[in-house]
Amino acid sequence: MELSGSEIIIQFLKDEGVKHLFGYPGGAVLHIYDALQKQDDVEHILVRHEQGATHAADGYARATGKPGVCLVTSGPGATNAITGIATAYMDSVPLVVITGQVPSHVIGQDAFQEVDAVGVSRPCVKHNFLVKDLNKLAETLKKAFFVATTGRPGPVVVDIPKDITAPHIKIPYQYPEKVEIRSYNPNFKGHPRQIKRAVELLLSAKRPIIYTGGGIIMADASQELREFVRKLGYPITQTLMGLGAFPGTDSQFIGMLGMHGTYEANMAMHECDVLICIGARFDDRITGVTSKFCPYAQIIHIDIDPASISKTINADIPIVGGAKQVLIEMLKQIDMTELEVDKTALDAWWKTIKSWQAQDSFAYEQTKDLIQPQAAVEELYKVTKGDAYVTSDVGQHQMYAAQFYHFDEPRRWINSGGLGTMGFGLPAAMGVKLAFPDKDVACVTGEGSIQMCIQELSTCLQYDLPVKIINLNNRYLGMVRQWQEFFYEKRYSHVYMDSLPDFVKLTEAYGHVGIRVDHPDDLHDAMKEAFKLKDRTVFLDIITDQEANVYPMISAGKAHNEMDISPLQQKVQASLKAKGELV
Amino acid sequence: MRHIISLLVENEAGALSRISGLFSARGYNIESLTVATTEDQTLSRMTIITTGSDRIIEQITKQLNKLIDVVKLQDFTEGNFIEREMMFVKVKADGESQRAEVKRLSDIFRARIIDVTDTTFCIELTGSGDKLDAYIRSMHENNIVEVVRSGSMGIMRGEKALTL
Repeated sequence: MELSGSEIIIQFLKDEGVKHLFGYPGGAVLHIYDALQKQDDVEHILVRHEQGATHAADGYARATGKPGVCLVTSGPGATNAITGIATAYMDSVPLVVITGQVPSHVIGQDAFQEVDAVGVSRPCVKHNFLVKDLNKLAETLKKAFFVATTGRPGPVVVDIPKDITAPHIKIPYQYPEKVEIRSYNPNFKGHPRQIKRAVELLLSAKRPIIYTGGGIIMADASQELREFVRKLGYPITQTLMGLGAFPGTDSQFIGMLGMHGTYEANMAMHECDVLICIGARFDDRITGVTSKFCPYAQIIHIDIDPASISKTINADIPIVGGAKQVLIEMLKQIDMTELEVDKTALDAWWKTIKSWQAQDSFAYEQTKDLIQPQAAVEELYKVTKGDAYVTSDVGQHQMYAAQFYHFDEPRRWINSGGLGTMGFGLPAAMGVKLAFPDKDVACVTGEGSIQMCIQELSTCLQYDLPVKIINLNNRYLGMVRQWQEFFYEKRYSHVYMDSLPDFVKLTEAYGHVGIRVDHPDDLHDAMKEAFKLKDRTVFLDIITDQEANVYPMISAGKAHNEMDISPLQQKVQASLKAKGELV
Repeated sequence: MRHIISLLVENEAGALSRISGLFSARGYNIESLTVATTEDQTLSRMTIITTGSDRIIEQITKQLNKLIDVVKLQDFTEGNFIEREMMFVKVKADGESQRAEVKRLSDIFRARIIDVTDTTFCIELTGSGDKLDAYIRSMHENNIVEVVRSGSMGIMRGEKALTL
């Protein structure tokens, strides 16, 4: 069949199985939008800002495992999309972002709405393309999807000049079933001998710990991980990105690790003798100061990206491969080997870990007249029965959500971990809701973050995407304030959100429901009400304690065993010490 | 330590900026970088001279390999290889004695004088970076008008080769 460039794009998306396209029209993509208008197979979601398009596509991708797809115009359309592209890049999310470009013959002439989209996006994409030849359009799009979704996934930008999409120039089109890129062959199978060595080391451990990240979720390896962890009986900790891959309510899960992880997870990291890392990358928010990281441990690192291995922390046994394939192979080898888990050592290790757990590092003081932010997340967990999709923005509320919402399933917890992008939560929630219209989708946010993409409330109404916004409103940029409290002698520099809008009225102006709650006694009913209104977007503005802090905390230059702990935990430790029971 | 990394990259617009961008974004050193197409028009051959600890060099090769445009890569440093760089030097050559001195020095270094005017010589010299440095040092600083260096390129000795 003969199609124009614009028709090829739309037909290709159909053939590729793309159901939703998040975008915003403009001059350079007018031809494409005209082709889009003439069909019903690909649903276009008109966002209110291109950043929202990328985050929504990102949320969709993280929740479904399918690539998220965006269409934006040239110049400001492309630059507005950059934050979302960088967000996806840092968290290895498969996105394909089609950017319009000025016509080929004016490229480089500072034409209206011209920006070098390939150049601007280069540092934050897995790869990008400028389509110069209509005959290569379909093949290039296929390459973009192939690169975005395979290996370590990531965003790919396809920049398409307007003349390539002209409606009157038609060429034969055939869906390219398969493409090959000679320099790109992601390796999924780990090296068998390395896997064997890893299994031997694992089974020789006295104080083992399993540390996993977003790679498990991206690889859809949760089932294999669960089998692996249960077979060994070892403790498991997960990164912020990895939550849900192993059930958060399972007794072998000792909580998130890192800067705001549990006391027991961080202590166990410090004291372990064998560490196996699967699909995580020893990020600085995980390791604390690298010179004091896991001082007694031999380290096995499994990652599909060779560049992640021995980047910040040296691996004793590196294994390059997909989490799923390597786990399957490890399970096989564990069954085959005559080596066994050292049960006695493991029991002693669990006993130590349980004594750390008993200190209850996330405990916080309940207050009678003030809502504690942690209580709000606990209420959300209760009301949604732990079964919601939860997106978040960035800051204290993000940490509270990670700490107090116990994710039992993968792809339920959707947040910007690597880039830490405020404004991510609401558009991401839209993407999730679009994918799972029958599920509860909550965006845990703060009054700072939500205002960075609040315009998307309008999109929620237009496309009937009833998400619940759980706004932990402490009238501060809470995490920045916390750092200023701890490290700048409480000099709160520009963190007070003065002149906040009336969020209830604002939400109502957007055509949704706003509920404000400022007393602990009203929290439960308000939360229930919010989720009872199934088909309405509800903005729950929860006025919380202004100066609550996130604990524990590993500050800069500190090791895992040098956490700042909460005042409550300090009391527990003091009483244990008095009884001579402090481990 | 100094490393010489040789790459085969897709001969496409943007490949060079991806590679140089990687070095600047991650704070790696580039001492020199040369690139030109090969006998296969779809491929360019690039030689990068860089310095760094073993860990940094490992990261550099891994990160380069990750780029879709990089088809193949080899760090020559551990093997047996030949390294050459080319240089043009324009020097003042005014008066008999100065012209004779430049000519004599160039002969010692097996350099060729490729352009002559009443007041200048242009000299072409090929060799290792050290040899080129030595030649420049041997010239009187005030006599040098300009220096153009190609950056190093390398090739493995013997039957080993960086090919597809």
